[in-house]
Amino acid sequence: MYQYNDKDQSLIEQRVAQFRRQTESFLKGQISDDQFRALRLMNGVYIQTHAPMLRIAGPYGLLNSKQLRKLAHIARTYDKNYCHFTTRQNVQFNWPQLEKIPDILEELASVQMHAIQTSGNCLRNTSSDHLAGVCIDEIEDPRPYCEIIRQWTTLHPEFAYLPRKFKIAVSGAKLDRAATQFHDIGLHLVKNDAGEIGFRVLVGGGLGRTPIIGQVIKPYLEKKHLLSYLEAILRIYNLFGRRDNKYKARIKILVKESGMEKFSELVENEWLLIRDDLELGADHIDAIKTQFTPPAYETDARQDNSFEQHQLENKAFATWIKYNTADHKIAGYRAVFVSLKAPDSPPGDMTDTQLDAVADLADQYSFGEIRSTHRQNLILADVKQADLFSLWQQLDELKLATPNIGTATDMICCPGLDFCSLANASSISVAKEINDALDDLDYLHDIGDVKINMSGCMNGCAHQSVGHIGILGVDKKGAEWYQLTLGGSSENEAAIGERLGPAVAKDQVTKAITTILDVYIEQRLDDEPFLDTVKRVGINPFKEQVYANN
Amino acid sequence: MQIIKDKQIINDNWSYVADDAELKNGDISVSLARWKKDKQQLLQSNGKVGVRIGPADAVEDISADLKDIQLIELDFPAFADGRIFSHAWLLRGRYNYQGEIRATGHFMPDQVFYLSRVGVNAFSLEKTEDLPVALSTLNDFTVNYQKSIR
Repeated sequence: MYQYNDKDQSLIEQRVAQFRRQTESFLKGQISDDQFRALRLMNGVYIQTHAPMLRIAGPYGLLNSKQLRKLAHIARTYDKNYCHFTTRQNVQFNWPQLEKIPDILEELASVQMHAIQTSGNCLRNTSSDHLAGVCIDEIEDPRPYCEIIRQWTTLHPEFAYLPRKFKIAVSGAKLDRAATQFHDIGLHLVKNDAGEIGFRVLVGGGLGRTPIIGQVIKPYLEKKHLLSYLEAILRIYNLFGRRDNKYKARIKILVKESGMEKFSELVENEWLLIRDDLELGADHIDAIKTQFTPPAYETDARQDNSFEQHQLENKAFATWIKYNTADHKIAGYRAVFVSLKAPDSPPGDMTDTQLDAVADLADQYSFGEIRSTHRQNLILADVKQADLFSLWQQLDELKLATPNIGTATDMICCPGLDFCSLANASSISVAKEINDALDDLDYLHDIGDVKINMSGCMNGCAHQSVGHIGILGVDKKGAEWYQLTLGGSSENEAAIGERLGPAVAKDQVTKAITTILDVYIEQRLDDEPFLDTVKRVGINPFKEQVYANN
Repeated sequence: MQIIKDKQIINDNWSYVADDAELKNGDISVSLARWKKDKQQLLQSNGKVGVRIGPADAVEDISADLKDIQLIELDFPAFADGRIFSHAWLLRGRYNYQGEIRATGHFMPDQVFYLSRVGVNAFSLEKTEDLPVALSTLNDFTVNYQKSIR
């Protein structure tokens, strides 16, 4: 994991001092609301329904145990004993006081964390594959490039006042686990015909009100040109992106309105003028790579027999292994998902006690590192199979071992009307109701891989348009209604969900979801997963049943 | 009127001549449209000449004339209009403009640091009482990850 050098540390400390001054000026009335809004957003501070919300960067999802303990401390000291993990691998606190935020930032800086560019119309935190460096389908570890991009985007002077927010995601594996096709820029590490590794560059993807799948702008980009190419795209976007309407200001609209051919011509011309001045040296890439070398894996980890034995003897453990762990490139190791989707807890939330405990478990079992995932869970990426049983027991005690990763109760969910001032409808309470209805684990596992994403408004923070089942809260004359979509996906075969029909009332959502799942069970062929059934039979069979009584 | 120029607060004597006003003596700046229209007349005036560029203008349009222009004003209609930052970068980085680049209009003291990093070397703030704080923001950071223009 990347460790800050003196320069990195100075920069975040100076940013804290700068934000402290900005906050004090605002509190003294020297900066207007409008001006402070832009300044605070660029440092992750929103003003929400009840209190400010502070979003802290989880750089491409990587955290260490010391940082997790710091989050626990902040939750205890400045918030209501919990925090929330987001779909872009960041962390949110919902109850800090504005005057205290500079102090929180100072605490974060002491463990190499910050809130720089986690919101606002600027270059946001770069996200990546949560299984980077350990998965079995990797072409190259994307994390060194994420760190290079993190540094390049941080306090970039030219691109701090973009038309709208700008998100970059990097994937280095065959399976896209980072939703790169729904980012302003998506980068895939790919091998060319000569066997060299470079980037396939996608542009113009995005979710929100107008979900669009990103298109390839550069099928193969040499690594040395990574930053110059990003700069060319950003300059064209900064100069020509729409600023007259915030709903049409994302780069996806510029690409759509100009057409890909014209847009890529603009980028190419700009790039040719700058690429020789902004080359990424191989020595620089190598220096960053040394910060992501594999931990000291034990070579005899696979010799352990207790792992198999425990699975034979304990069905609950075997089930957890099946759902909540993933294959690891090193034999004898597995990556463990820490489920933040326990039935009675809001999706993605974690208490201070859990944070501290997981930090200890990470130290004990996984080289002190923790990752956050795009679907709002955590991962201990490097656990020996001999340790899995004991880890499972401890996670279970902490209510962090619900065996539901990738199932219908592993929902992505935004904070909704309960916290967010943008929301039209609540999401946490609906998620809870769905969870209660799907509490039979055998039923849940029989349904298998179903991704339910629910957002409380059309800004789409919970990516409802790419959920296998999407739920979108809308306001109808002051009442909360929910629009359903089917067939979305943010993985390789990216798709935007199709609308099922008219929105349903709040008390009908759970019934609609269980009806959809029943139709699936009725229609599926053998082991056919949910998404494949939807693709094969279309939405009509689902529609007929959901609206049968209306 | 006082402005910041090259990291100092100085008195400034430039004046902007609106498109519908008569040209006058002294150091004056005009809009890009006026420059194009009255270029010959402006070149013969006794003072120095500056051109005011807005976010929607293309810097390229003036690239051939830069040797005749002593001041370029980059004018913010609203502080959030980030096109100005790319204009400054292009003027310095691509067209190698060596004269004064001055930010004018509605921008915040807290933008002065980033503006200075893309090549803006003078700042005419909305409120002159903000000059000291704007000047101090130039020292907010001793380190950065990207090359600055100057």
